[in-house]
Amino acid sequence: MSATLSHTGYILRGNPVTLVAGIGAALLILVAIVAPSIAPYGPTVSNVPLSLQPPSAAHWFGTDQLGRDVFSRVLVATRLDLAIAASAVSLSFVLGAMIGAFCGYAGGRLDRWVGRFVDVLMAFPLFVLAMALVAALGNRVENIIFATAIINLPFYIRFARAEVNVRRNSGWVEAARASGNSHARVVLLFLLPNVLPAMAVQISLNLGWAILNAAGLSFLGLGVQAPTPEWGIMVAEGARFITTGKWWLVVFPGAALMSAVLCFNLLGDGLRDILDPRMRT
Amino acid sequence: MTAPLLSIDNLKVTFSTRNGLVEALKGVSLSLDAGETLGIVGESGSGKSVTAFSVMQLLDRAGKITDGRISFRGQDITRASRSMLQPLRGAAMSMIFQNPRAALNPIRTVGLQIADVLRAHEALSAHEARGKALKLLEAVLIRDPEERLDSFPHELSGGMCQRVMIAMAIACEPTLLIADEPTTGLDVTTQKTVMDLLAEITARRGMAMILITHDLGLAAQYCQRVAVMEQGLVVEEAVPASLFGAPRHAYTKRLVAASPTRTSTVGSLVVDADEPAPPAPRVSPRRPAEPLLQVSQLVKIFDNGFRGVDDVSFDLAPGESLGLVGESGSGKSTISRLVCRLLDHSAGTIRFDGEDIGAIPSRDFYRSRFRKDIQIVFQDHGDSLNPRFSAFDCIADPLKLLTRVQDSRELRRQVEDCAHRVGLPTEFLNRFPHQLSGGQKARVGIARAIAAKPRLLVLDEPTAALDVSVQAVILHLLDRLRRETGLAYLFVSHDLNVVRMMCERTIVLQKGQIVEQGPSGALFTDPASDYARDLIAAIPHFDPEAATARHREAAAAG
Repeated sequence: MSATLSHTGYILRGNPVTLVAGIGAALLILVAIVAPSIAPYGPTVSNVPLSLQPPSAAHWFGTDQLGRDVFSRVLVATRLDLAIAASAVSLSFVLGAMIGAFCGYAGGRLDRWVGRFVDVLMAFPLFVLAMALVAALGNRVENIIFATAIINLPFYIRFARAEVNVRRNSGWVEAARASGNSHARVVLLFLLPNVLPAMAVQISLNLGWAILNAAGLSFLGLGVQAPTPEWGIMVAEGARFITTGKWWLVVFPGAALMSAVLCFNLLGDGLRDILDPRMRT
Repeated sequence: MTAPLLSIDNLKVTFSTRNGLVEALKGVSLSLDAGETLGIVGESGSGKSVTAFSVMQLLDRAGKITDGRISFRGQDITRASRSMLQPLRGAAMSMIFQNPRAALNPIRTVGLQIADVLRAHEALSAHEARGKALKLLEAVLIRDPEERLDSFPHELSGGMCQRVMIAMAIACEPTLLIADEPTTGLDVTTQKTVMDLLAEITARRGMAMILITHDLGLAAQYCQRVAVMEQGLVVEEAVPASLFGAPRHAYTKRLVAASPTRTSTVGSLVVDADEPAPPAPRVSPRRPAEPLLQVSQLVKIFDNGFRGVDDVSFDLAPGESLGLVGESGSGKSTISRLVCRLLDHSAGTIRFDGEDIGAIPSRDFYRSRFRKDIQIVFQDHGDSLNPRFSAFDCIADPLKLLTRVQDSRELRRQVEDCAHRVGLPTEFLNRFPHQLSGGQKARVGIARAIAAKPRLLVLDEPTAALDVSVQAVILHLLDRLRRETGLAYLFVSHDLNVVRMMCERTIVLQKGQIVEQGPSGALFTDPASDYARDLIAAIPHFDPEAATARHREAAAAG
């Protein structure tokens, strides 16, 4: 345990960007947890006389067309956006890693069929596919999660398949078979844990992408509906006022979105170094 | 007396790593006269390659020469600038690397690559360069040189690639050639032809050569002087005859003892064996017992139509040790995997204890009751251990699955018992493979294989990746285990000396077929087939008289 900690410390000292990204990500998660209690105003409480005020001491990020506090809304929206992204990514990761690992290990006909299916899935413009899924399944948060998970799935399948494929002929897999491991055990206990560090990078990068995707769907009016604070909707609503110089409606939720995506992307590389035991000496 | 061609004086090199500065060379002094061949031998980590790289100024960025002097033709090149080195490298001194395939550019024909070297130092037209390249390929005795000029590296065998490397190295007639493990990874017969070629070329052209190798026999056979390195220091330097005949330094003694020769026995490899070998309850090979393993007319045809194993039959008695020797592509590793049921055969039968285990497809064999009886030790101990399993987990895995040990205290006791039997201290059980040395990894691999108490142990080149001194200890261990437990061994190796020591009977394979088989002793002293005779003749050995005779011959040829 202490070895892991000191190794983590070593990686972070050599790579301060990871440290910053890690702190940023931790901060985001913290905000997602405590936002409703620390937000200075109710996120949906409107105060029409004070509408469209620029940032001030009372309203740090200004107010929107209904006089709602943009700062409170940005804070509260963190929870929803992160929750959507995290559940979508975990869903596609678990499914994708399993399917990909078993295909990569088994090879043969199953592998070819799944491979073609993934190719077909990837041939769609993914965002359009997500839109279609949400439109067909109904305008609900669960369906945004589901759609985001589906369009992420091909990446995980391909990734896990490729990573398992290069390792399935390695000595330790043969040794595992000689030790009497069943094929399922070889995949789950031997191959997946070895593939995980590489996939952690993918997860982190994907988290940023999933946040962007969820916000994008809301921006287009799919999924999360208007009064709910959500970065995508806030940008969509604010866009109407940007021509009149009301920049704060778009800039703050947009900046929140951008920093969240950036944090998770930067975290990816650092995570790989920390999780890979071969990097330790 | 003239100044030596190359002199290295008290050279110190440090590498900066995350664990601080590591001193790789701690004051190495060597000198080399024009036309002389100097061998540097030592085990991994002894600093022999670092020495060569320092001379060529090819150290990577983490390495720094902190002290000492290297002079070449009287010129100090210790801290030479790039512009000063450029005309020297390739033209005055050149290097041959260990893995010829990796050192050649895969997307350029070999002719162009040789031409590149020539044109870097001389103004030549493309046509002239091609003509010279052709001459060089002729000089390294490549068959059909004209055709080979337009070949890509992947179209050539390992031995041919190394000849191309030699051609490149001698292209500009250097006065110093550094060969860093030039034949490691090549078959013995190929090794012999490549080394003979190198010796002949250097003698004829009056080139000096530094031969870096871990193989004492090779150094003894081809060098006029040999320096032994240990942990960044030259511990002994002498002519081969006295160095190997009467080693003075303790390390040299250990190294010489550990190198298998024609006459060595497992016991003689380890100078200070930790315990006396138990009296040999060796099973007589002619015991009239039912054979443990019966392989008949075994054939393996791979997907691409290659016949990896072609009609091989043999028996193995309980407690017997049978050696399979052959060069790469002879099918010896394939046979070991077929017998272990990790691979399906195309035809023939494999009977174990009278039962046809060949009928069970390899993918279902993990469920068979015979899985526990047939275990394997792999060649690459690093690769055969799951990087995310601790040594304990590795050894516990077969115990849990094959002997159904459930109780965690009982499991720990048994794992520790296995570790003890292979001489692995218990405190290493919590370590991960990357935290273990090569020898320790080998021990974990062996402990895992014997954990389930098998009756047949297949050893697929168990010591090929190890240093000689570690190899000696591991062979000793394997021999002791067999005496203690009465295990049968199927011992696969390319090293004939090792097989001779470890096995009562030996089978010689070539291209998937058995060319000769018989009791090991007789086969080695009096081989019946030409192929076996060639193999045995090609083993480098340090027979001092033969070595001196060879040098005289080479000098006369020059």
